[in-house]
Formats: sequence, C-alpha cells, structure tokens
Amino acid sequence: MRRLWFLLLALVLVGCTAGQKPKPPIILATTTSTYDSGLLDALLPEFERETGYKVKVVAVGTGQALRMGREGNADVLLTHAPEAEKPLVEEGWVVDYQYVMYNDFVLVGPEDDPADVRQAKDVVEAMQRIARAGAPFVSRGDDSGTHKRERALWKAAGIDPQGQPWYMESGQGMGATLRIASEKDAYTLTDRGTYLALQDTLNLVILFEGDPRLRNIYHIMRVNPEKWPHVNVEGSRALVAFFLKPETQQRIATFGVDRFGRPLFYPALEQVREVEPSPSP
Amino acid sequence: METLWRGLVEALYLLLSLDPTVWRIALRTLAISGSATVLSALLGIPLGIWLVLGRVPARRFWLTLTHTGMALPPVVVGLMVALLLWRTGPLGFLEWIYTPTAMVIAQTILATPMVAGVMVSGLQALGQEARWQLLGLGASGFQAAWVLVQQARGALLAAVMAGFGTAVSEVGASLMVGGNLKGYTRVLTTAVVLETRRGNFARALALGFILLGLAFWVNAMLTVLQQREADPDS
Amino acid sequence: MSVLLEARGLWLPRGRHWTLNVPHLQVQEGEILTLLGPNGAGKSTLVAVLAGLLPPRRGELRFRGRVVDFRRNLDYRRRIAVVLQRPVLFRGTVWANVEMGLRFRGVPPAVRREKVQRWLQRLGLGELAQRPARRLSGGQAQRVALARALVLDPDLLFLDEPFQALDAPTRRDLLLELRDLLQAEGRTAVYVTHDLTEGLALAHRVAVMVEGRIRQIGPPEAILYRPVDLQVARLVGMENVLPCRVQAKERQLAFVEACGCRCTALAAEDVTPGAPAYLGLRPEALMLTLEEPQAGTSARNRFPARVRRIWPQGALMRVQVQTESGCTLWASVTYLAAQELGLDEGQRVWVVFKASAAWVFREGEGSRLSAVGSPQ
Repeated sequence: MRRLWFLLLALVLVGCTAGQKPKPPIILATTTSTYDSGLLDALLPEFERETGYKVKVVAVGTGQALRMGREGNADVLLTHAPEAEKPLVEEGWVVDYQYVMYNDFVLVGPEDDPADVRQAKDVVEAMQRIARAGAPFVSRGDDSGTHKRERALWKAAGIDPQGQPWYMESGQGMGATLRIASEKDAYTLTDRGTYLALQDTLNLVILFEGDPRLRNIYHIMRVNPEKWPHVNVEGSRALVAFFLKPETQQRIATFGVDRFGRPLFYPALEQVREVEPSPSP
Repeated sequence: METLWRGLVEALYLLLSLDPTVWRIALRTLAISGSATVLSALLGIPLGIWLVLGRVPARRFWLTLTHTGMALPPVVVGLMVALLLWRTGPLGFLEWIYTPTAMVIAQTILATPMVAGVMVSGLQALGQEARWQLLGLGASGFQAAWVLVQQARGALLAAVMAGFGTAVSEVGASLMVGGNLKGYTRVLTTAVVLETRRGNFARALALGFILLGLAFWVNAMLTVLQQREADPDS
Repeated sequence: MSVLLEARGLWLPRGRHWTLNVPHLQVQEGEILTLLGPNGAGKSTLVAVLAGLLPPRRGELRFRGRVVDFRRNLDYRRRIAVVLQRPVLFRGTVWANVEMGLRFRGVPPAVRREKVQRWLQRLGLGELAQRPARRLSGGQAQRVALARALVLDPDLLFLDEPFQALDAPTRRDLLLELRDLLQAEGRTAVYVTHDLTEGLALAHRVAVMVEGRIRQIGPPEAILYRPVDLQVARLVGMENVLPCRVQAKERQLAFVEACGCRCTALAAEDVTPGAPAYLGLRPEALMLTLEEPQAGTSARNRFPARVRRIWPQGALMRVQVQTESGCTLWASVTYLAAQELGLDEGQRVWVVFKASAAWVFREGEGSRLSAVGSPQ
C-alpha cells in the first residue's frame, strides 16, 4: 500500500515537471501580509506565464524571511523592515535591493476608544495616550516588520511597554493578533491590508492613521550568488525585474480597489499611482 | 547540521543559565498540560473502563468512535473550542478565550480519547476470561471492575502517559485558543513556532529540546512507577 | 434426588457456524455431570450460560426451582463457583487469590482465615500461601484455582476443562484428587472435557455435545456402549460401525445382517425391521480365536476373517482384520493373548462377539458423515 502511494506521488511529481525545458523554481521568502492579502496570487501567475519559472512562495515572519536569505535558503526576498534589511545589504548577503511599493500601518482598537486615541495629534501621542490610560494593547511580538515598527513607535514615545500589565505579546501573525485584540477589547498596530481583509469579523475600528511614521515600505532583493552559489540567478533577476516593470506596478496600484474601494499597496513608480493614499506621505 | 548543533548548545546554555523566561515557559507548559492530563485521566479512565466493562448499548460503535478520537486533529479541536469561546460564541460570556483555561480545555478534549483508548486496550488485553472468572467467583459488577482495573495498573499509567504526550506536544489548538500570549499562554510548542517565525532557529530548536527533555522526564517518572507496578511480587 | 439446576430452551447464536441450542437440561443434586464433546462444540459457552456469565438470546434457567435472571444474578453466582480452562490468577499472593471469593461475599476476616487455611492445606498449598500467585507452575496454579472455588463451599461447581493445559501425570494426579474431594462431600459439579477417559473418570452422567447441541445424555455405560448416532459413536471410541439391515426385532434384541454375518445385538428403541441401521462394535468387544467356536456358546456372533495388520500399543495390540465379505474391523486384544494365539499378518481367524456387547442404532443426526469401517 505504502509503495503504491510513493508511486502515485512520484507520478504526480513527474507530471508536474514534465514541461519542455524545466526551469529551476524560484523560492520567494516574503512576509505574510503580501501573501495573505492575495497580492502575490494576483501577480505571480502572470510572471510564471511570461517566463516559464515556477515561484515557490514561503510566507513567514520578516525575521524568518531575512534569515532564510542570509542562510541561502531563498532566492528572492520581499520584506518590509528597512532597518533590519540594512545589515544584509551592507554585509553583502543580498544584492539588487529595490524599493517596490508601500502601504501604511493603522492603529485599531475598540469602538469606544477608552484611551481617546482619536484625539491624538500624531502617532507618538496616540501611543502615549494608550500607555497613560493603561488600555490593553496586543503586540505581534514576533520580530516581524509590523512588530519592529511598533517598537520604534514606543521608543519615539519614550515608553518601555515590556512587562506592563496592559501589554500583551501574541507571537502570532497579523490575523491571529487582530483576532486576539478584538476578543480582548485591545488596541493593536496593523497593516491596513490585513485589517481591511478581516474587518467584517472583527470588533475593531481604525482609530488613528495617516502619520508619515506609519508608512510601511516593501523592498525586494536577490540573495547574493557570490555568497551562495546555488541560488537561481537567472530566475531571481527575472523576478526582481518583473516587480519593477510599469505593467506590474500598475497592477499593484489597482489591486484590491474592487474589493475594498481603495488599493492595499501603492507602487514605488509614482506615475502609475491612480489613487493617492489618503494621507500624503 | 550547524543549526542543529547550535540548537543543542543553546538549549544547554538556556537551561544551565537558568534563563527565567525559558524556565517560566517550561513550568507553564507543565502546569497547563499537566492539568489537562489530570482532567483527561479523570474523564478518560472511567470512560475506558465503562466502554469495556459496562453495559454499553452499541459498544462497538462507541469503541470505534473512541479510536477515531485518538486521531482528532488539534486544529479542528482548536477551531471548535475557539468558536465556542469567542465572545460571539455561545460560551463567550465566560471570557475564557486566550486564557490558560481555554488551553486546558482544548488539550483535555484531545487527550481524553487517547487516555480512554489506551485504557480500553489494556483492559481488553486481560480478556473475557478474567472477567468471567471474577463473576464466577461471585464478584458484583463493581467488584469485578475494581479487580480488573487493579490488574491493568500498567495500562492505567500508559494511558496517563499517552494523555500527557498528546497534551504537551500539541500546538495547533493551543495557538488558536491560547493566543500564545507572552508570559500568559505561551508554552513550549507555541514558543517553538514563534521562534521559528522570527528566524531564531537555534533558539526554536533549543526550546524543542527542552520540550523533549520535559516529556522524557515525565515519562521516565511514570515508567519507573509502572515498572514497580508491573512486578508480580508487589 | 432433586433437581438443582434446570435449563429450558437455551438458544444463543455463536459465530457463523453453530448455535447453542439446548431445549432441556437438568443437573441433579449431588451428581457430577460431564459435558463431553470435541473442541468448538459449545461446551464452554453452555457452561458460561449455565453459570450466569453469558446471557442467552432466549431461554430460562431455574436454580432450586427459582428462575435465575440472566442480568441481575449476583445471588445465584454466589451459590456457585467456576474454574476455567486456564487458571486465571490475579496479581497478589496465593492466599489473596484463594481469599478473593470470600471477600466478594463480605465474609468476616476470622472466618476467612480459617477457611483459606483449611483449603490450602487440603490441596497441599500450605507452603505456598505467601508466594506470588503468578509465579507458580501450571499444576500449582490449577490447584490454587480449585482451592479458590472450593473454599466458597459452592452448591454447584463448574469446571471448564480445568486440567487441559497440564502434562499427563499432573493431570492424572489432580483428577484423582478432585474426584475424592467431590465425592467426599457429595458435591454437585458440571465438568467439561473433550477427553473421554477424563470425562468418564468423574461422571455420574455424561452429556455428549456436538455443534451446540446435546446429542445424548446418560450414564457412562450408555454413552460407551449405546451411542445414539455416528458422531457420538465416533466420540466415545466405538470404532467399528457397519451398515446393516434389521431382519427382525424382539424386545431389546435385533437380528441383523452385516457384512455377510447374521448377528444378534442389542438395539435402540427406534430401530425397526426392514429399515437401514448401523451395527456398532467397540474394539475391546471383539474376541479373536483360531478355531471356529462351537455353536451354543454365548458368543453367537462370528465372522471368518484374515489378519491384515498388527499394531502394538503398550500392553494392548490393535489388530485390523478383514472379513471374508470385505469389511474391515479393528479389535483390541491384550499383548499376552496375542502372543498365545501366535497372531500374524495374513493369518485366518474367527472374530467373535457377544450380543450384549453389540449395538444396533438408526441413522441419527450425524449420519451425513460417512460411516466408520464401511465395507471396502
């Protein structure tokens, strides 16, 4: 019986790779937000059709994605933590570091807003209000791009939330963290895309948005073949080029408009932006 | 290979340096999974005894159900418990979601069929003969069950061990109903998931080794007990 | 003698091939009833039903005239005791095992101590009282199982092949001991076995079971010499069964023709002239002589035959002879007798038997099996 299964599996595998000239697959390590929002599903089939490459998306936390790049376990990275990306570029682990797109973070929380975050002038004050009111706040706590940004904001606000009774760390992805915040009547920092996608099932509303410090910048980069000779050089070059070409940038600019009435991501290429983000960056 | 080695070294370091976070996670794991084990033993052992020795209508059906329960997927249990405990759910008013209580409930649901199933096998191994012999010596149903359970003490401990193994190694349900909240509902398995997501593979592995060590330690204690019980002289 | 246990209409399907079906069975006060039958005949199932351990699908059980409930029968089960094929000993000492049934009944410790002590002594287990029960030899273990049952002073004792797993000498010793114990106290017992010798050693009455049914029940001599059908005949060692035609019948005697011989034999009640029947002869009932016996001797029945094979079996010789009409018969003669006759293969002999040792019976339920020792 087991042998039969192996045979079947082998057949399926053979069937999948039985193209005319099989090209080596490209491993793209990226954050959960790009994958969960559906953006990659909207873009990658086009790329695969055009070039014949197969892209294997590994959607993980930014920390893990960058680690995969450093250890040569991926060909291309698409992440949103410039501070954490910098050492990789400087130490030469990645090359071809390119600005692809951005979106923004928003502060969400319970409708009644016990910390009066709505009244805040800027995001720093908003964070201070939460801390002062001792209102529950759920942090990702997973070294993801979102978590890194949140920590930077606390730092700017002059607050160390670690160990505070109102401060919780979920250690999970954005979706699970939003769910926990919703159940616990807590505030949290989220990327707009994930929030919009889950909005219907949450008891959370956007309480603060639009501060330039809430901008969420995505970069794409190739793993340096000089460090890791086994990377798929041709494929990764093609993939980076694909993300930067005007047609793709155009698609990014329109992705999600039909569902949410506004785009989830804004392309780096300014001339293709159809809608300006509500707060001018 | 290198990551594995570093994981081992880091595990030793974390343990020997008495890293308070790690110790607290380990102790919390023991507390939550231990509670779930005790609860599942309290439910599963009588259930197993009843399934074998009781007057059970459609016994074969219930036995099959128990054996299916031994393969319950944790994420399904997690989802069902979460749906019940979410504030929008029927038991939302208890405010148990994302608390250790919720984790104990989910792990108990997973471990109970395991405990009952192992108990069933242990009692069935004694055979119809032993039961008939007791009844044929004038034992009441209760007296016969009491002697048989004493005879199956080995199985009883094996059942508890299986229950603990299920509870402590499960991650899907704990993550869904516990929320992996730092210092509150974070246990070894969910911490392993988190550290992996963070890219701290060595630390993840270190936590994994600690989990293995914990499971080994608990099972070793139970095995010592079982060996003592298995001695026919006692 | 009064009826201790009475079963009516017991019916319980077991597996695909047979069903326990016992319309009527009585156990008399003070008797030892042996259930004899091949493996898988349903003996153990019948005992489990009679002991109140296994409820039948249909049927009724009465103990001293009172109906026994098949589900709530603790009172009944505390009047009986059961010893199974394998001595199921429980964890703990020999003493604890023997004491078990008394504890179930809530007997006070002092009485318990006295009784256990007494029965351990009677079964020669005194030395072993504090030994772990699971470390005994097979014979010792079965002694413990017997003591455990007898200490309860049961009104009715069920013994389900208790000695099957033991070696032959141990088995013989225990069997003798058991007989003495049971007879000394006039105890009532149902004893199950597939071994003819063992079954007859104890029995006042024997019930022969085949495929879930009791085919014949009666005293040992009836079972041995007057089986009701072919299967029972085979089970009780009636090796020579010849098809015959009944020519006449006079009270208990039938005049039949079998293998060219006109014989006189005892006959079953349902045997009628003209109908086909069987003539059954036990090997020990056949005598061999070299000279033709004189008419007028008590042995009126005789075949001229030739010795085909001689097969020594200890102090007995099994001799296969072929009659002139072509039938094959087995005879058992003592080694000495064979020597005195100077028996040799190919020799001509006369096979002689008494009418009282020959049995004519009709085709019974088992007649679909081919006849034993049929003409070749």
